[in-house]
Parts: sequence; structure tokens; C-alpha cells
Amino acid sequence: MDKILVGIKRVVDYNVRVRVKSDGSGVETDGVKMSINPFDEIALEEALRIKEQGDASEVVVVSVGSVEAQQQLRTALAMGADRAILVETAEPVDPLTGAKIFHALVEREQPGMVILGKQAIDNDNNQTGQMLAALWGRPQATFASEVVLNGDKATVTREVDVGLESIEIDLPAVITTDLRLNEPRYVKLPDIMKAKKKPLDQIPMADLGIEISAQLTEVAYEPPEERQKGIMVDDAAGLVAALKDKGLL
Amino acid sequence: MPKVLLIADHDGSTLNAATAKAVACAASIPGAEIDVAIFAADGAAVAAQAADLQSVNRVLQIDHASNEHALAAVIAPQAAALASAYSHIFGSSSTFGKDLMPRIAALLDVNQVSDVMEVVSAHTFKRPIYAGNAILTVEAPADKPVVATVRIASYKAVAGGNSAAIEAIAVDAEIPEHTRFVELKAGDSERPDLQSASKVVSGGRALGSSENFDLIYKLADKMGAGVGASRAAVDAGYVPNEMQVGQTGKIIAPDLYIAIGISGAIQHLTGIKDAGTIVAINKDAEAPIFEIADIGLVGDLFKIIPELQELVG
Repeated sequence: MDKILVGIKRVVDYNVRVRVKSDGSGVETDGVKMSINPFDEIALEEALRIKEQGDASEVVVVSVGSVEAQQQLRTALAMGADRAILVETAEPVDPLTGAKIFHALVEREQPGMVILGKQAIDNDNNQTGQMLAALWGRPQATFASEVVLNGDKATVTREVDVGLESIEIDLPAVITTDLRLNEPRYVKLPDIMKAKKKPLDQIPMADLGIEISAQLTEVAYEPPEERQKGIMVDDAAGLVAALKDKGLL
Repeated sequence: MPKVLLIADHDGSTLNAATAKAVACAASIPGAEIDVAIFAADGAAVAAQAADLQSVNRVLQIDHASNEHALAAVIAPQAAALASAYSHIFGSSSTFGKDLMPRIAALLDVNQVSDVMEVVSAHTFKRPIYAGNAILTVEAPADKPVVATVRIASYKAVAGGNSAAIEAIAVDAEIPEHTRFVELKAGDSERPDLQSASKVVSGGRALGSSENFDLIYKLADKMGAGVGASRAAVDAGYVPNEMQVGQTGKIIAPDLYIAIGISGAIQHLTGIKDAGTIVAINKDAEAPIFEIADIGLVGDLFKIIPELQELVG
């Protein structure tokens, strides 16, 4: 295929313990480390492997958001993507608007495949890939743990609740990644230098002619309920006695 | 009056327990009338099980050869065609619902409310974000259908004993052929299902190998418990991914959860915090799992598990 489009979302780093602001207006993001959404790194790794095995000629990474997302796109370029597109907006982008933006880029770029993370670890929505597939009228293979290309088709193994499901899809299609699809490569220093010269286009969201969708209004943020601190027991016998006490054994 | 269309989760013959929990969520919308839709090749058996659930008004049986396997691209246009008669379209947060519901939402030009954990009002819901580190209250537009998935660990299944009407209907929708089912490899089915088991024993990285993970299986079998694992144990290759409990795996709410050799990363804790009683066994007394455990035991799991196995029998 000609090219693969990969979504890159800038999110609070996986290792940060997120806290709700005391006024309930959001979560603390000031001075917090930001990274590529881990599922998106897996998406990019898969696209790069498909290109390296000769089944695609170009990998284009796309982010939607503020100019700061350039950092994550540069990291993606250093990993090996050929070029980047930043659709710029200062507004928060809901999944449906995100899907509409990707759909507009799909019309421009005509990729053979779009690979996205199954969810972003900030809002945990798990929607954008499925929505893009619906708007585009193309197949979706969500929660992928293996992708095997076969001409204008792909066989995708999906992580489902009861085990592994395998489906065959016609291309072009949308694939969303699960954790075990691959292990993303590390970025090497010379590649970071090289990435600075790779093209990164910025497109104002307004230029795509997309309006923000019927959004969900954020009413309030609150911290989760805390569990009461429990008791400690000394040994297996103590544990079994405590469980019997609660009627659990 | 709110009218809810709930898309049932099933394997062709048995209604998934997730659906009875999603009904409970839908029933918590004041005044809601709930219809359950069964998309199947032959949905008679599943429809009968859905009709038995309390709070269900009507069961719609949409039989079509294309519905033999639960493919989102196939079911979504049919569900969207039914949507105009409803104010709410609900599914469960199973992999089936997560795959399907956003596709329906996009066809209806709305965002989805993912993982509803509490209904505040007909258009206002609470849902966890940031791996459960924050709870967000969202309000959906009142003039559009609400498409949502239900966080099933937040709800108890409705009881049976109902006899709702079952209607076989045909839906006029264009069904695509670009997506085809190949096969399903189900995991070990002899143990209680992780998501509906009342007791679950989980192992973590500290088990050290897939051979050692047998200790967890043996203890679970002795207790009649389901078996889970931390992401670290899955990543290390000790067990398959369908056993993963946490933000990126399964969210569960058993009466008893025993975490063995699991340090308790926030991503794991988010998957278990609705459990009735959490037991933690870990050699590190400082492990974060002890902050949320109801009963903690510090010690060597290789010594403790065999002792437990003796004692619980």
C-alpha cells in the first residue's frame, strides 16, 4: 500500500499519578510530564514494521491539539515516521470531532490503513478508531494483537473478553492496537537529530471545515472514593480465619 | 419518557451476564422503558433469557445470517436504523460493546458516554477517567440520542422472573461485506469466568515464571475461584492477555479478590476497586496494594500459597 496514517496523542505520562484539582475543574497538568499515548506508540511501531517489510511506502503521523503536541510528533519522527501533520486547535477535542478530523485527512491522503491506539490513557474513551471507521464506511479491527497483510486484505487477531478472535478485513481499514501487538523501539540520539529535518505540517483545524461536534459537557471532576485501610494478619492461618470471619470461606 | 435500547451481549446461545448488569444501569434512569435488542443468526434462545430479566419491557429479536458473529461493522448500521425510536442506546463495556457502540454513536453523529458508573439523571452520568484516578460527571445534549457503554463492575445484575414480550423484527439497513469472521479461540473455560466469578485469585510478576503461576491456578481451583493476573505478569508472558485485570484489561467486582505478588500499580487497582474484600499477599510491606487491601499479609508467596491451599480445603 501507499501509505499508513498513525494517530499520536499527547497525554499525561503513564507513570504520573494524576490528581483532581481542588476546585473540581479538571486534573492537575501543570509541570506534569507529557508523552505519546502508549497505545499510539504501539500503533506507530506496527506501521513502521509494515513499511520495513516492504508493504507500505510511507508512514504519516497525525496529532490533533495544541502546538505543544509538536514534541510528541518529533518523537514519532525520530522513531521512524516519514512526516507529521499537526491539526492545530486550542479547544479540547472530543472523540467524534477527532474522528471527523482523521476522516478529512483520510480523504486528502488516501492511506491504505489507519492505525490508532485503542484508547488514550487520559480520557479512556476508546471511541475514535471505531468512529473513524463508521464515518469512512470501512472495516474496523479493534484491540489488535496481530496484523497479517495479504494483498488488499488483512487478517487481524483481536483481544476479546473470552480469548482471541480473528477477522479478515478488506483494505483500506482502521486498526486499533492492544498492548501485545508489539514492543515499540527506543529512539536513538542520531535519529532525534535527523527528525528535526523531517516535514511537520501544521493545519489550523478551521481549514479542514470541521465544527466541534455535539459535545458532552464536563460538569465536574472529583477524586475517586477511597477504600478504608484494612487490617494486617501474620500468616496464612490468620488470613483464613479473617476470611471465615467475613463469611467468605 | 426515556426509552432505552440495550444491545445484548451474547455468544449465539447464552446471554452474557454483562447484559443483566447493563439492564440495572438503564433501569436507574428515572421512568426508563427498556427494550433489549438481540442481533443473531437465530436469537430465540438468547431472547428468551433476556425476556426473563426484570425491568425489561420488550425483547427485539433481529435474526439475520450476517449476525451469526458479532461484527461491529455489521451490527452498527442495523442498530442505528432502530435508534430513532429511542432516547438512549446502551451497551456493556465488554470488548463487544466497546467495539460496537462508538460505531453506532458515529452513525448517529453523537459522542459516546464511555463506562457509565452512575446515572445522575437521564442525560447526566459519572464515568472514570485517568485509570480511575478521577471521576468525571458529563452531561449529554438533551436533543440527541445518548449512546453509552455501561461499566458492568459498577452494577449488580437484575433478577430474573420476568416474561417480557419477544418480537421478531426485520431491520432495513445496508449490511457491509468488507469484514468477515475467521475464528474464535476461547481461553480455558473450565474455571469460573473472570468477569462474573464471585472469587478471584490473581498473580503478579513476583510469581517469576509461567510454571510458578500453576500455584495460583491450584489455589484458585481449590477455592472455586476465577484466575486473573496483573499487566506485568501478562507482559512477562506468564499468562494470556484475557486474564489481565486493570485499566487496559478487565474491570472486575468479585466478592473476594486475592492479589498475590502484585505490587498494585494504579492501572491494576482501577480494575479491582469495586471488589467486596481485597486481600493482598506480598513480600514488600511498602507495596501500594496494601493501601487499598482489606486484609494484608506480608511474606513469601512460595511459602504462603501452599499453606493456604491446605487450609482452605
